[in-house]
Amino acid sequence: MPIEILMPALSPTMREGRLARWLKAEGDAIKSGDALAEIETDKATMELESVEDGILGRILVPAETDGVPVNTPLALLLLEGESPPAAAQTQTPTTANPPPPVIPTAPSPPAPTARAAPTATHRQTVRDALRDAMAEEMRRDPDVFLIGEEVGQYQGAYKISQGLLDEFGPKRIIDTPITEMGFTGLACGAAFSGLKPIVEFMTFNFSLQAIDHILNSAAKTRYMSGGQLSCPIVFRGPNGAAARVGAQHSQDFSSWYAHCPGLKVVAPWSAADAKGLLKSAIRDPDPVVVLENELLYGQTFDVPDDPDFVIPFGQAEIVRPGSHVTLVAWSRMVQVALDAAQILKAEGIEAEVINLRSLRPLDIGTLVASVQKTNRIVTVEEGWPVAGIAAEIAAQIVEQAFDWLDAPPTRVCGADVPLPYAATLERLALPQPDTVAAAARAVCYRHNDGGAA
Amino acid sequence: MAAKIDPATPATPPPQELLRLYRSMLLIRRFEEKAGQLYGMGLINGFCHLYIGQEAVVTGMQAMAEPADSCITSYRDHGHMLACGLDPKGVMAELTGRADGYSRGKGGSMHMFSREHRFYGGHGIVGAQVPLGIGLGFAHQYRGDGGVAHIYLGDGAVNQGQVYESFNMAALWKLPVVFVIENNLYAMGTASARHAAGDELCARGAAYGIPGERIDGMNVLSVRSAAARALAYARAGAGPFILEMMTYRFRGHSMSDPAKYRSKEEVSEMRDHHDPIDRLRQTLTDRGVIDEAGLKEIDRTIKACVAAAAEFAQASPEPAASELWTDVLTEA
Ligand SMILES: Cc1ncc(C[n+]2csc(CCOP(=O)(O)OP(=O)(O)O)c2C)c(N)n1
Ligand SMILES: [Mg+2]
Repeated sequence: MPIEILMPALSPTMREGRLARWLKAEGDAIKSGDALAEIETDKATMELESVEDGILGRILVPAETDGVPVNTPLALLLLEGESPPAAAQTQTPTTANPPPPVIPTAPSPPAPTARAAPTATHRQTVRDALRDAMAEEMRRDPDVFLIGEEVGQYQGAYKISQGLLDEFGPKRIIDTPITEMGFTGLACGAAFSGLKPIVEFMTFNFSLQAIDHILNSAAKTRYMSGGQLSCPIVFRGPNGAAARVGAQHSQDFSSWYAHCPGLKVVAPWSAADAKGLLKSAIRDPDPVVVLENELLYGQTFDVPDDPDFVIPFGQAEIVRPGSHVTLVAWSRMVQVALDAAQILKAEGIEAEVINLRSLRPLDIGTLVASVQKTNRIVTVEEGWPVAGIAAEIAAQIVEQAFDWLDAPPTRVCGADVPLPYAATLERLALPQPDTVAAAARAVCYRHNDGGAA
Repeated sequence: MAAKIDPATPATPPPQELLRLYRSMLLIRRFEEKAGQLYGMGLINGFCHLYIGQEAVVTGMQAMAEPADSCITSYRDHGHMLACGLDPKGVMAELTGRADGYSRGKGGSMHMFSREHRFYGGHGIVGAQVPLGIGLGFAHQYRGDGGVAHIYLGDGAVNQGQVYESFNMAALWKLPVVFVIENNLYAMGTASARHAAGDELCARGAAYGIPGERIDGMNVLSVRSAAARALAYARAGAGPFILEMMTYRFRGHSMSDPAKYRSKEEVSEMRDHHDPIDRLRQTLTDRGVIDEAGLKEIDRTIKACVAAAAEFAQASPEPAASELWTDVLTEA
């Protein structure tokens, strides 16, 4: 039996790829380990290697094919003494096996939003928006530099800094050894003296190696020096669960950093958020933690063309207006909340979805105003419930909007366990649209609430 | 104190031992190839770091291990587990995230453990295994059980500050540990010349008085001899020892690797002329230890073992939903 060479999954988040070119032709002898073809994903170009010896039989997907789903047969490899099957047909990607079930859920297109139509916009991925924010600010201010692991020659582990080394050179795009504690301390020291470092953590999980400098050096020095020394620094990188990378690589640090006076903490969802918040962070005179999300990097949104477009901290955004229940979320959970709102809409419940954007300072005013309208609030947090942002929101809403509440402020959080690897358990551990919808239904007491039923 | 590569011609073990080394390396190679295939099919997800090319390192070290010894490494851990005697079925089932995996599907490729085999992980945070490893050494010393902790770390991990805190304590308290630096020349996409000052990582313990040797990690017999020296030193109570194994990974850092940071020629040169398995196979045939048919038979047996592991790993069920909440703390 000839072996089918399938479109491989090359990264935790890959669903499809482009078959850029074939490196071997039909009839070529193949040794295990030989590169057969070049595959492009949104993150990288990689070679597909043969895992067996044999002869390249038939090529089923031609070069330069876009959007080939994972697991599509690309070619047949003939083993010793085999000849190609007669009726092999060129397969198009659409007839391929469906890709394996994907967890967490693939995002659906963003629901219509209530934001005031900005002037001119362009479509952009979160990844490119982050890169543009850094590039524009680096052009504007020669004191801004980027430092971290694989940010330069490798173009960023998640390709956020693509092209920056070419434009700004190794003096300002600095590849470090794997020494988070060391380079974070270095960056804080440079910031004390007035430079404006952007520290990239390959993922925020590794910021734990450096958290002493983020808190004890960056967050506290201004206060301890009686205002003499400030620390204009940005800590950024992907935060939270990605896809199946296990407990040590899947942690949400929202409440960790938002807990600390002396820091500002933002968590963009859309590409516009990413650009506007990161630019504000770089211009800010104080330390700012920018919590990005790997699963959002490849998603496309509208971004204002204006090079001075910035989003001030402490301003939440109503991304979907509604009158029956307020759903508060940030980062990737905004999409989960929007998907829940779609489910609820079909049942006659209009949810107002608020994208928090900024965790510290927290825009409690927008939340209170929303609760005054809906009388119910559900916060969706990817992280753990204990001492989380959702708990803080519940406390502040009770303090400031008690009389408007028709139900207790409610939380939908990540399960109170380290994130498991297994596919089914991972899905159960993270907030999903149906769990959010269920929480919203509960606070709406549909059977005795004519307003929402 | 640091020495050049291969200070002594490695001793040649008896034929049965040579065959055992060969089987052990081949098992890792075939297992990893299968894991790569299952990843491509979407049956393994997340991060998956293959050990292909580096098999001689853990195989040669384990050849000299005593039953009391313990082992700890990074996320590139499948080979270490197999070499420590863990069941390929349980390892593969953990890679697929199933109930019969060593961590019952909750750990995944980077986080696997076996108390029974004194294999302490499987750690996803670069460098973290090093102080944990000297803790294992501390426990060996505390109990006086004669064991040595084998602590594996990459060339990139060597730059983490906690490694030096560990060197200092290990030397200060003469802990029975061997630091095995697997220098595969790259930390992800960063060549060691771009991340490490000074060129000999085996010399990084010199200031603490820790002896270090640089070894040809593509030759399992050199590794085995070095392991004998280092483990004897640590076991005798003389303190820690550093072995810098010069090795190479034939595959990408993880499954997602743009392969732009090293040339194809470099990779083929290493694959074609420095494959540790080819090299031992050559020794086996040169010495007449085994013939072609014998080698084919070994190959068949190992392929069957790996195929059985892959089948087991696909047939094993997903963990039950209730498993989400167990094992967070000790259950009463
Ligand atoms: C503290 C920390 N920082 C960064 C990473 C991301 N990362 C994973 S492996 C790796 C490279 C490690 O290289 P090396 O120590 O040489 O080991 P190798 O992968 O070559 O076996 C990096 C940067 C991590 N897992 N932990
Ligand atoms: Mg390395």
